[in-house]
Amino acid sequence: MPPSRQYSHSTMPLLPVSPYSGPSDFCTENNISECMLYISQLSSLGLPSIFYDLNGIRELDVTSALNGMYDLLQLQRRTMGMVEELEVEQLKVSSDLHCQQLSSSKLKDQLELSKKENIRLRERERQLEINVKSLQSCLKNEKEEVQKLQNIIASRATQYNHDMKRKEREFNKLKERLNQLLADRKDKKQMDVLNYVGRSDGRRSQWKTVKTDAHESEMYKTLLNEFDKHQKELMLENAELRKVLQQMKREMVGILSPKKHSQKEEKCTEFTDQQAASDEEESSEMSCEHAREKLTNSIRQQWRKLKHHVENLDNKSMVQLGREVGEEMISKDVHQDEMERLKMEIQQCKDFIQTQQQLLQQQLNTPCDEETAAVLNDCYMLEEKERLKEEWKTFEEQRKNFEMERRSFTEAAIRLGHERKMFEEDRATWLKHQFLNMTFTEHMAIKTQNALSDSVQEQKH
Amino acid sequence: MLNNEYGKDDTFFFIYQQDICKDKQCFGMNFSEVFKQSNQLCKISPDGKYLATCVQYRLVVRDVNTLQILQLFTCLDQVAHMEWSSDSLFILCAMYKRGLVQVWSLEQPEWHCKIDEGSIGLVSSRWSPDGRHILNTTEFHLRVTVWSLCNKSVSYIKYPKACQKGMDFSADGRYMALVERRDCKDFISIFVCDDWHLLRHFETETQDLSGVEWSPNGCVLAAWDSCLEYKMLLYSLDGRLLSTYSAYEWSLGIKSVAWSPSSQFLAIGSYDEKVRILNHITWKKLIEFEHPATITSSKAVVYKEVEKKPVIGTEDLSVHQIAMGSSLFNTKSNYEITSLPVQVPVVKPDTDRANPKIGISAIAFSADNRYLATKNDNMPQSLWVWDMQRLGLQAVLEQTAPVRCFVWDPCRPRLALCTGNNKIYMWSPAGCISVKVQVEGSFQVQSIMWHGSGDSLVLLGKDQLCLCYLATDEEK
Repeated sequence: MPPSRQYSHSTMPLLPVSPYSGPSDFCTENNISECMLYISQLSSLGLPSIFYDLNGIRELDVTSALNGMYDLLQLQRRTMGMVEELEVEQLKVSSDLHCQQLSSSKLKDQLELSKKENIRLRERERQLEINVKSLQSCLKNEKEEVQKLQNIIASRATQYNHDMKRKEREFNKLKERLNQLLADRKDKKQMDVLNYVGRSDGRRSQWKTVKTDAHESEMYKTLLNEFDKHQKELMLENAELRKVLQQMKREMVGILSPKKHSQKEEKCTEFTDQQAASDEEESSEMSCEHAREKLTNSIRQQWRKLKHHVENLDNKSMVQLGREVGEEMISKDVHQDEMERLKMEIQQCKDFIQTQQQLLQQQLNTPCDEETAAVLNDCYMLEEKERLKEEWKTFEEQRKNFEMERRSFTEAAIRLGHERKMFEEDRATWLKHQFLNMTFTEHMAIKTQNALSDSVQEQKH
Repeated sequence: MLNNEYGKDDTFFFIYQQDICKDKQCFGMNFSEVFKQSNQLCKISPDGKYLATCVQYRLVVRDVNTLQILQLFTCLDQVAHMEWSSDSLFILCAMYKRGLVQVWSLEQPEWHCKIDEGSIGLVSSRWSPDGRHILNTTEFHLRVTVWSLCNKSVSYIKYPKACQKGMDFSADGRYMALVERRDCKDFISIFVCDDWHLLRHFETETQDLSGVEWSPNGCVLAAWDSCLEYKMLLYSLDGRLLSTYSAYEWSLGIKSVAWSPSSQFLAIGSYDEKVRILNHITWKKLIEFEHPATITSSKAVVYKEVEKKPVIGTEDLSVHQIAMGSSLFNTKSNYEITSLPVQVPVVKPDTDRANPKIGISAIAFSADNRYLATKNDNMPQSLWVWDMQRLGLQAVLEQTAPVRCFVWDPCRPRLALCTGNNKIYMWSPAGCISVKVQVEGSFQVQSIMWHGSGDSLVLLGKDQLCLCYLATDEEK
């Protein structure tokens, strides 16, 4: 085999995946030993040599060659498997890569967008900040102006006050001057009265002695009376309020105690303490700080408890609202409407009763006295009586007539009955005769008999 | 009932409240004949028996029930002020231009008394509570002269202040509070009316004290500053400062003040359109009543006066109809209850002028302490009634014209008001009615006065007056 060919063959790549494309022309009958040397590369692969030495000549060991081939086949299979796996992995990786590329492009877009948004928001923030700054400066200006105006007002006020005082002083001076002038002028007797009248309270007019003490004491007496009255009122009010508070406390205690069984014991002790305190208060009726505080504190506590309790009830009722039948709980509005309606009804009834009473009163009051009333009543009655009497008369007549008719009818009926009976008897006998004489001859006989019977009858009659 | 010598017959009719108002109420209103008066000078005597009116120079005294003239006095000049003494025995007639005061006696018509202030001038004249002294304030408020009718004594009080209400007598007539001003400082002097002895004299911490008012029980004196500063001071009878109250600074302050009849509350109306109620125990604000332009409070009833002009068809204008006169053109009005929320008509005041028409200018408590009536100047057609028990708005009356005058019945919770037209209006918790004044000719009601018994009203027109007798429930 020419070495070049060998070389080309040796450089021929291994084509593991290529399908079998026909027998290879690697080995011919001539280059067997070269091929064997080439194949002996197998030993480099870790496979046992395919040769065995026989008398210094390497001969092909078929079994080892076949083993070698088998090993090669196994190797190839393994590598095929590996290749497949690698291929799959490569596909995966490539698809992953593709995905990643897509997502990265998307993220890039998003990043772009958010950068733009960011810029926009920054811009807006900046504008708002400018706005705020300008407004603040406006506010500061306004404040300064207000302050300035207030200062102006204050200064003008002081100026006006000063001027007013000055003018007032001048005016006072004028008044004094005028007073002096008028006093200097001797006016004639200014009051001209016919006679002096007595004092309104009848006392004689007294000398104007200095009675400051009397006036003072009078004034203080008035004030003290007023204070006393005031204090009495306040005390009454206070006592009432205290009573109300006590009652409230008792009622609250009453409401709360049956519901809360667990805390009953503590409460009992609390209550007894407070009851004792309240008893003290009631007995003494002194409004000392301590007792007052105790009462208010206990009221507050009770109230808080009651509030909690009511809140709990409210919550429970809210939960149950959906489940409970609506009839039991009527809303406040409905209740109020009902109340209004009932009130109106009551009012109407009252009005009605009143009008009725008035009418009745009128009725009773209009007739002047008993006699005339009786007479009046009588005369109305008289007409009625007369009419009734007449009616009775006619009625009686009719009744009599009816009686007579009835009697005659009954008699007639009786007679009729009798006659009928007679008639029936006759008929019966006739029929009997008829029946007895049934044949033609009989008929003849009947005839004769009839004739006979007739005659007999005629004779009878 | 009306048997006066002019031979007029009464007009007598029943007024039924319209169904639209809350309850039906039936009472009779009897209008008397119209009499002349000048200067709105017409006063009922404190004992309720007599009615005194001034017609130009003359003083006419009539019996309140029969309206017969009992006495006729002639004064020297046109009368500017007329007042009964507290025991109903004397009448004071003051003629400010002439500086004269004349006093007439009912018991002795021939008795006369004339006080001539001369060149010193006269600005105001009034009785003292005992009915035997006359206090004359000279021109420029130079001094107050106390003239006695019992003896020759004359007292002088210097430095009285010229302000809104510089002098007030306590309800029992024992003490007088007088505002004085010396060296640009305000003082209050308390005098004993018995002998005009100065009981207390103290300075007040005010810029410009504007008025004083005794509480009805006579133990507390309320003193308030001018409207430039919101300041209310409360002094005890012995001159101690009990409390100071100031709701706000800088804006215009107190415009009107009223004590409740029981002295429990002090109502202060201010320019900020609110009424603040102080309680007598702590002298702190109990509650603030606002007068908003939109009423939403659900418990209040808003009565709106609705006028109905009669519709005249052309065929009705017969001669007979025209001869009937003003009845064709008389507008009927009644009240309608409007549903909430309601917009109250507001008149914006001119802010450039002094004494702007804004704020609570009039407050009045009812006699039983239960109700408070207020008028806000920039809602001049509305009258607000508050329930003091509930401390909330009870009713709002919206009239067709600005409310001129409103007065509570001295015995019952009943309010009478007028708007300058020919009707009088009355509000009570049961409802509201509008009654036309049934007199001959036109009568524009400018002000109203109740008789002390609450049974009759005196209606004053421009220069006319008439009485309105109300039938009480027992008479029906």
